[in-house]
Amino acid sequence: MPTTAPTDPAPGLTAYSEVTASEASLRRFLHGLPGVDQVGAEARAAGLGTRSIKTTAKAWALDLAIRMVDLTTLEGQDTPGKVRALASKALRPDPADPSCPSVAAVCVYGDLVGEVKAIVGDQVNVAAVATAFPSGRASMAVKLADTRDAVAGGADEIDMVIDRGAFLAGHYLQVFEEIVATREACVRPDGSHAHLKVIFETGELQTYDNVRRASWLAMLAGADFIKTSTGKVQPAATLPVTLVMLEAVRDFREATGVQIGVKPAGGIRTAKDAIKYLVMVNEVAGDDWLDPDWFRFGASTLLNDLLMQRTKMTTGRYSGPDYFTLD
Amino acid sequence: MGFEYAPAPESRSIVDIKASYGLFLDGEFVDGRGSSFKTVNPATEETLAEIAEASDADVDLAVRAARRAFRGWSRMSGKERAKYLFRIARIIQERGRELAVLESIDNGKPIKESRDVDVPIVAAHFFYYAGWADKLEHAGLGANPQPLGVAGQVIPWNFPLLMLAWKVAPALACGNTVVLKPAETTPLTALLFAEICQQADLPPGVVNIVTGAGGTGQALVSHPDVDKVAFTGSTEVGKAIARAVAGTDKKVTLELGGKAANIVFDDAPMDQAIEGIVGGIFFNQGHVCCAGSRLLVQESVADEVLARLKRRMSTLRVGDPLDKNTDIGAINSREQLERIRELCEIGEAEGAERWAPACDLPSSGFWFPPTLFTGVAQAHRIAREEVFGPVLSVLTFRTPAEAVEKANNTPYGLSAGVWTEKGSRILHMASQLRAGVVWANTFNKFDPASPFGGYKESGYGREGGRQGLAAYLKGAEA
Repeated sequence: MPTTAPTDPAPGLTAYSEVTASEASLRRFLHGLPGVDQVGAEARAAGLGTRSIKTTAKAWALDLAIRMVDLTTLEGQDTPGKVRALASKALRPDPADPSCPSVAAVCVYGDLVGEVKAIVGDQVNVAAVATAFPSGRASMAVKLADTRDAVAGGADEIDMVIDRGAFLAGHYLQVFEEIVATREACVRPDGSHAHLKVIFETGELQTYDNVRRASWLAMLAGADFIKTSTGKVQPAATLPVTLVMLEAVRDFREATGVQIGVKPAGGIRTAKDAIKYLVMVNEVAGDDWLDPDWFRFGASTLLNDLLMQRTKMTTGRYSGPDYFTLD
Repeated sequence: MGFEYAPAPESRSIVDIKASYGLFLDGEFVDGRGSSFKTVNPATEETLAEIAEASDADVDLAVRAARRAFRGWSRMSGKERAKYLFRIARIIQERGRELAVLESIDNGKPIKESRDVDVPIVAAHFFYYAGWADKLEHAGLGANPQPLGVAGQVIPWNFPLLMLAWKVAPALACGNTVVLKPAETTPLTALLFAEICQQADLPPGVVNIVTGAGGTGQALVSHPDVDKVAFTGSTEVGKAIARAVAGTDKKVTLELGGKAANIVFDDAPMDQAIEGIVGGIFFNQGHVCCAGSRLLVQESVADEVLARLKRRMSTLRVGDPLDKNTDIGAINSREQLERIRELCEIGEAEGAERWAPACDLPSSGFWFPPTLFTGVAQAHRIAREEVFGPVLSVLTFRTPAEAVEKANNTPYGLSAGVWTEKGSRILHMASQLRAGVVWANTFNKFDPASPFGGYKESGYGREGGRQGLAAYLKGAEA
């Protein structure tokens, strides 16, 4: 039960209060955003993907990528034992190398937050998916209860899903209000709030125009992070979708002064892919976003490849998968 | 600490540059009988090789060799000619890295462009025209199309290998033989192509390569036994060639300069338009005849476009052409660098405002930062003359009619770009713009199936596509 209202919006945001005052004004605003040319956006993403990151730059990028991982397990078969193992790995991804940094967060279902928290304490964040993840198909009361439950359980971050059906039907204000309400449900009794990541499920929104609109919608509604996917729908994160979202957070900060984070999730499995994303962050949003506070990877198998490449950089040899823990 | 990309140079070891090169005549490399000249790496000013300068007598030998080879080559079935062209295309792909590295060393263009743009399109051109070789009677250019004979081809230094492909592939497919003169600052990939012709067992004399400067080119285009002249380069030289062949039976195609308008409407897909502006003018250091060197932006979004453009330009990486992360390489020659500098100084003197992002340029070699001019008027020389460098002139317009008027108000007419999310406006603009190519929501896209060529002082004739065949067949008009 929120006892304190969320902090007042940033001064830059108040200029947009009229935008979100009605369904009609919100629609006009979102549909007035510049379009995204699909061919051009995909070409730009592919072009950035050809950057060649070697030696010192690669070592730096690998460590940063590890620090940006939201180590994730979101399976029906998750057990307390399984998530405790994952939490241990999040703290010390490479037990053989104490210089290896911890990941950013562990991402689990809400009921398992306590299990993770018991292992990681305050050293690694705990993120919980909420709001009837992954489909978002439940009543608002259920979604909010789901969120409050996770926050009360100690979650540092909440990964919510938007109602894609409402978005695709053009009910933008409904989606906006759901995000606002979830943001309020993230507030703790002491007035602080769990960081809210808003998942669009870009594989269901389909067009880049929709991704851009959803990005602005979520940012105006108070998202701390915008996130591509649940990982349950294909395609999940792609470079061009992330490009459009990075452009959105860049433009949003320019317009309002408020910086929002970006989290591609699902389908990023190799260190090489992760580095392509970092190049894109660097060249599109700028190096202010090259920090775990502002960019995350939602991933599970990615971490081991990052570790394998990291070991290769330090020892000069590739080791096999058996040298890294499977959790 | 920011994300500093460590140097990622492509290895030079794949190419073997000889100390000196002769001419490629009648299937053999032979010493020239004239003098020689040096080709340098524009990024370092290091001399790469001594190149023979073909004399009038050398050019005569080359044309004679081509004439002898014409008999057999033109009578060979299209299917057989296609086999040679397909073989050349495959060898180009196999030796793609070698060609790309050599092109970047000799020309100064970034390896990512020679590797991802030039060489793949070169191979695509040979594949494309190989496919036409046995289907010429179905090209709609007559029932029994016949080749012209010997083609004298003179190409520029901005896309040395690609311009070679545009010239050689259709000529050979149609049954002509060729004498080709590469530009004096970039002869090396043409000479490597000669090696590829040998490797493909192309009959001797079908392709001959004579290196040299303007004098060699002049000897070639005015040789009485040349049936066809194909030239890509400056309008000034193009006019001289047109005068030289006037009154002869020679067929001519000229692909000359340009001063393309890249038109951005207020409803453009903004982020992609910025990419298109950047790609339009800074691709290949702006050494592109169809470069979008005049940005026409609708006044209502001009400030926003400029702010975004400047931010994007600040991320361009200028430097070592062989570094895989370089976006803008070296200017091809000292002479060209001087011309770019001169026109920029004139631009400032005429009252336009010059801007370039902070960027460290290497101390040796020929370099020019990506530059834009705002407050440019139609009357300024930088808005009218081809700079052929990484220099963008920004002009504004208020209505579509004004955009058309300004875009067409140039002696050139090679290409144009239109950026808008409105499909009907694209079609309207395309019908109004007097330019050989109009790109919509993209720029600098090339495909062998698409014809390319200019209006007005940008030349005549078309290269590429079915239309490109007409330039090499008797009685056919593009």
